[in-house]
Amino acid sequence: MLLKITNLHASIKGKEILKGIDLEVNKGEIHAIMGPNGTGKSTLASVIAGKDEFEVTEGEILYNAKNLMTLSVEERAREGIFLGFQYPVEIPGVSMTNFMRTAVNEIRKYRGLDPLSAGEFLKMMEEKKKLVEITSNLTNRSVNEGFSGGEKKRNEIFQMAMLEPTLAILDETDSGLDIDALRVVANGVNKLRTPENAFVVITHYQRLLEYIIPDFVHVLFEGRIVKSGGKELALELEEKGYDWIKQQH
Amino acid sequence: MEPSASNPITREYLLNLFQENYKKLIAGDTPVLQARREMAIAAFKKLGFPDKKTEDWRSTDLSGSLGLDYHYPLGPSEEKDLQKVFRCDIPHLDTAVIGQLNGWYVSKDVPLIELGNGIIIGSLAEAIKKYPHLIEPHLGQYTNVESNAFAALNAAFTTDGTFIYIPDGVKSEKAVQLVNVIQHRENIFIQSRNLVVLGKGAKLTVVHCDDSYDYQPSFSNIVTEIVLGEGAFLDHYKLQNLNNTSTLVSSNWFHLEKEAQLKSHYISLNGALLRNNTYVRFDGPFGDATIYGLYLMDRKQHIDNYVAVDHASPDCESKELFKGILDEHATGVFNGHILVERDAQRTNAYQNNRNLLLTDTAKINSKPFLEIYNDDVKCSHGSTTGQLDENAMFYLRQRGIGEDNARMLLMFAFADEVVSRIAIEPLRFRIEDMVKKRLQGELQICEQCVLHCSTPEHPVEFRIDLSKI
Amino acid sequence: MGSDSNNFISEYTSGEYKYGFHTEIDTEFAPIGLTEETIRYISARKNEPEFMLGYRLKAYRHWLTLKMPTWAHLEIPPIDFQDIIYYAAPKRKPELSSLDEVDPELLETFNKLGISLDEQKKLAGVAVDAVVDSVSVKTTFSETLSKYGIIFCSFSEAVQKHPDLVKQYMGSVVPYTDNFFAALNSAVFSDGSFCYIPKDVRCPIELSTYFRINAANTGQFERTLIVADEGAYVSYMEGCTAPQRDENQLHAAVVEIVALKDAEVKYSTVQNWYPGDKEGRGGIFNFVTKRGICKGSNAKISWTQVETGSAITWKYPSCILLGDNSVGEFYSVAVTNNHQQADTGSKMLHVGRNTRSTIISKGISAGKSNNSYRGLVRISKNAVNSRNYSQCDSLLLGDKCGAHTFPYIQTENKSSIVEHEATTSKISEDQLFYCQQRGIDTENAVGLIVNGYAKEVLKKLPMEFAVEAQKLLSISLEGSVG
Repeated sequence: MLLKITNLHASIKGKEILKGIDLEVNKGEIHAIMGPNGTGKSTLASVIAGKDEFEVTEGEILYNAKNLMTLSVEERAREGIFLGFQYPVEIPGVSMTNFMRTAVNEIRKYRGLDPLSAGEFLKMMEEKKKLVEITSNLTNRSVNEGFSGGEKKRNEIFQMAMLEPTLAILDETDSGLDIDALRVVANGVNKLRTPENAFVVITHYQRLLEYIIPDFVHVLFEGRIVKSGGKELALELEEKGYDWIKQQH
Repeated sequence: MEPSASNPITREYLLNLFQENYKKLIAGDTPVLQARREMAIAAFKKLGFPDKKTEDWRSTDLSGSLGLDYHYPLGPSEEKDLQKVFRCDIPHLDTAVIGQLNGWYVSKDVPLIELGNGIIIGSLAEAIKKYPHLIEPHLGQYTNVESNAFAALNAAFTTDGTFIYIPDGVKSEKAVQLVNVIQHRENIFIQSRNLVVLGKGAKLTVVHCDDSYDYQPSFSNIVTEIVLGEGAFLDHYKLQNLNNTSTLVSSNWFHLEKEAQLKSHYISLNGALLRNNTYVRFDGPFGDATIYGLYLMDRKQHIDNYVAVDHASPDCESKELFKGILDEHATGVFNGHILVERDAQRTNAYQNNRNLLLTDTAKINSKPFLEIYNDDVKCSHGSTTGQLDENAMFYLRQRGIGEDNARMLLMFAFADEVVSRIAIEPLRFRIEDMVKKRLQGELQICEQCVLHCSTPEHPVEFRIDLSKI
Repeated sequence: MGSDSNNFISEYTSGEYKYGFHTEIDTEFAPIGLTEETIRYISARKNEPEFMLGYRLKAYRHWLTLKMPTWAHLEIPPIDFQDIIYYAAPKRKPELSSLDEVDPELLETFNKLGISLDEQKKLAGVAVDAVVDSVSVKTTFSETLSKYGIIFCSFSEAVQKHPDLVKQYMGSVVPYTDNFFAALNSAVFSDGSFCYIPKDVRCPIELSTYFRINAANTGQFERTLIVADEGAYVSYMEGCTAPQRDENQLHAAVVEIVALKDAEVKYSTVQNWYPGDKEGRGGIFNFVTKRGICKGSNAKISWTQVETGSAITWKYPSCILLGDNSVGEFYSVAVTNNHQQADTGSKMLHVGRNTRSTIISKGISAGKSNNSYRGLVRISKNAVNSRNYSQCDSLLLGDKCGAHTFPYIQTENKSSIVEHEATTSKISEDQLFYCQQRGIDTENAVGLIVNGYAKEVLKKLPMEFAVEAQKLLSISLEGSVG
């Protein structure tokens, strides 16, 4: 099992957001997590990635049988956890090339591999850009600076391709995207999918799931997973709306 | 010429020195310039040195620097091994290098270089002799000796410095690099005066370096007046790399006529006490001035950037961005003063000061002032002091980058907002390199560049302790 | 703006002062001028205990060594401190026991101001201490409050009845050595309000002091002391007016607030002293020292001020954040018109750990006035993890006024974050056009926009005050409009 979350409780500034999450993800699977706004979807993603401001008060997260709580943010990343941000931060002054090269080489070092040379690295960048259909010249730009909403999301997918994670969590990567950008994002995921990795796709709408077919759909409501099912659950949700969930709880 | 005996630099001492050397000081003056000198010494007599009660000097204490004994040379130092002194190893930087040693123009055999297109570069003293009509309308006309003690003192004593003249319509392809080197076997008090005149539509790049070449304390009071004629363009760089016992009060008075454009960059890397006074006055409409500053200070160094922008004319725009990283016991001051006068309609003025403190012993004092007497303006200022952006840190670490490297990247990015504005590529690469090395704690400038604050007996390291950020 | 709107602005900004009447009240005065004798006279008139006289004399002797501060962006005409009457009190029967005994002229004065001292016709839930010229004339609701152990009375009464509390706290936040005007006030202050909220008591009603200068040629020097014991809460309001006179009058007050552990004090001011006429004649010189200290952890002091009056305002309500996790706030709207001058802002001194402060200042300048924000934020070395956010915006109405911003920001540790932002602009033409396109005339549009601009601060005022403040903004700016 790749990821096993048991009875996870987490809070921010004393306010409990996650109130007992259980989730199991195996290699090769795609999970979709859906739910109304403010129910803890992004919190779950941040807690898995290790953001400081959330305090885990109860429960555990096992990843490849390792207790994630003992690992720092970057160690989790180097173990293969990738978080595609809902709002990727702009970092003026840090070039994409420098950023990605530092990241790739630090991850390689962690795994006992030699760093890539400048030439190898640039070649890799070109390949991955092609793979995720990015045509813009990222190399001279600062991380996310001045990117449009769509460009930022594509950039997340590009970085995912570069870092080749084992577990990719995409936090509302579809929000604010037009149909073309949505397709690029979905194609990226589908191309990168292998039997050895897994995806957790967090989304508010069913729309993205027309392009990325999930194996499992979970509904998160008020800090708990209240319903799980196959891809048909997403359609049912779309049809009945979240009020349906709210009424049941 | 041998300097005077070693003395604390007080008002009384200087007034006496002026009287004793009166004849020598006025020897090269035209009657007009002599009158200005008399006015300046009278003003200095009235003002004396600023102390902590002087509003603009409240956060910078000069008493320690002024309390030392200094020699005051009233003539040029002996020139020796000039090649070494003015060696400049910025690769691919093609400049016309002008040297000043201890404040005096190093003339060799050619005190004044006159190019075919009318450009004149050389000794100010020589230019006064040869071209008084180019000097008199400007020299001492942009400083305010009545209220500025250092301008008054400088005007009273200086007889030489550098003069640069770019005639109307001439665009100088080559950058002029003015290297001001301090090298003396004893403590030295230095004053120097420069005048840069750009005619209508003229264009120039000036790289002005303040460097010291040994470990002796020095006190420099450098005044530079810079005139930008109608539509002129100046790209101006001030690089500061003094030893750890030296004090520098450097004042640049920019005078912008109609449609003139100024870009100025202050990069301060080292010095015991640095005070940069920048005065910008828009004397015609549609002027544009951008002033950038970057300071990286540690140990007990002190940096004070004072920037006064006077919007005396309508339709001008000024932008200021000053960024600093202060480590160990370093202290920083930013004092920006934007004045929008009654008739300066449609003024845009922006002022921004950002600081990172790396220790609990470093201090910053930020005073971004706006004084506005016109309603048709867009003015804003901001000042922040704090730490690196937590969200950016999380983002970098989420991509697998370790904490130390993430901090380094963000600190460099912090500095880069200023460094990236350096238009001369070789210079930018050089500064980028120096900043990177300074931040990584492997700055080699002790050997290579100009900073000679490290002695074999007391090697100086520039390590910034990352755990402290 | 076109010439029409220029005309409009000059019209718009020429509002008349509505509180300029004065009342014929039988008044007794101290002899003109300031000597030790004056101070002994004041102290004797008030039957003060020895320690008070001692304090006053120390303050007076110190004051003699001081000079008027000149650092503010103000043009202050010379003030002859020997040409001021330092004590004026409405003559009245000693020991008022009911409202019937208050001079009817005085009651009428307060009625005209819209302040009822009659508890039956009270403003809902507001206890009032009314101070005319130098002395407190009536405090309402004192008995109701005493049930909670709350002391709310005139300063003079506190000196008589609670000398220990006065002795303990008076001068502990603003010592007489603090500045020229604080020293002067400490020497000659005549009355003011005193408030003590005991441990864990939440004051159930708003407390309020209403200041009125009535007599000619007099200065007003009141002193307010508020002490909130551990876990206590109080919301306090201060209002002030003065008659329209051609000569300038001096007001030099001191306000001290002490908030102990977990206590919270909200202090709101609507300052509407007579601002002088259109030509700049007359008006109050308002030199006020206001400071609070968050002495214990988690204490909170919040200053809200609406400054529309006075010819000259010199005022920097401040917070010393001594206790860990303590919070200081300053919300200000300052309007200057005609020849008014204001130099006002705040000081936030962070000493304790995890301290937080917020400064929101909105300056509005019109006519030929000058309006300056001056503020100090100091994060000392030990104030780790502290945070300040300051925003100081200025709005200019017309091209003959000035708007200035003088922030001083000092940071001495690495873990704190300080942010300061300021903008200066004229009223947005886009906003004006938008309103006009919807059929709103320029005058009302400006009114709407200015009120919207100040809203962030106005909404911090207690309800009873917010209405008055909004009206005041209108009076200060709207002038003859409407």
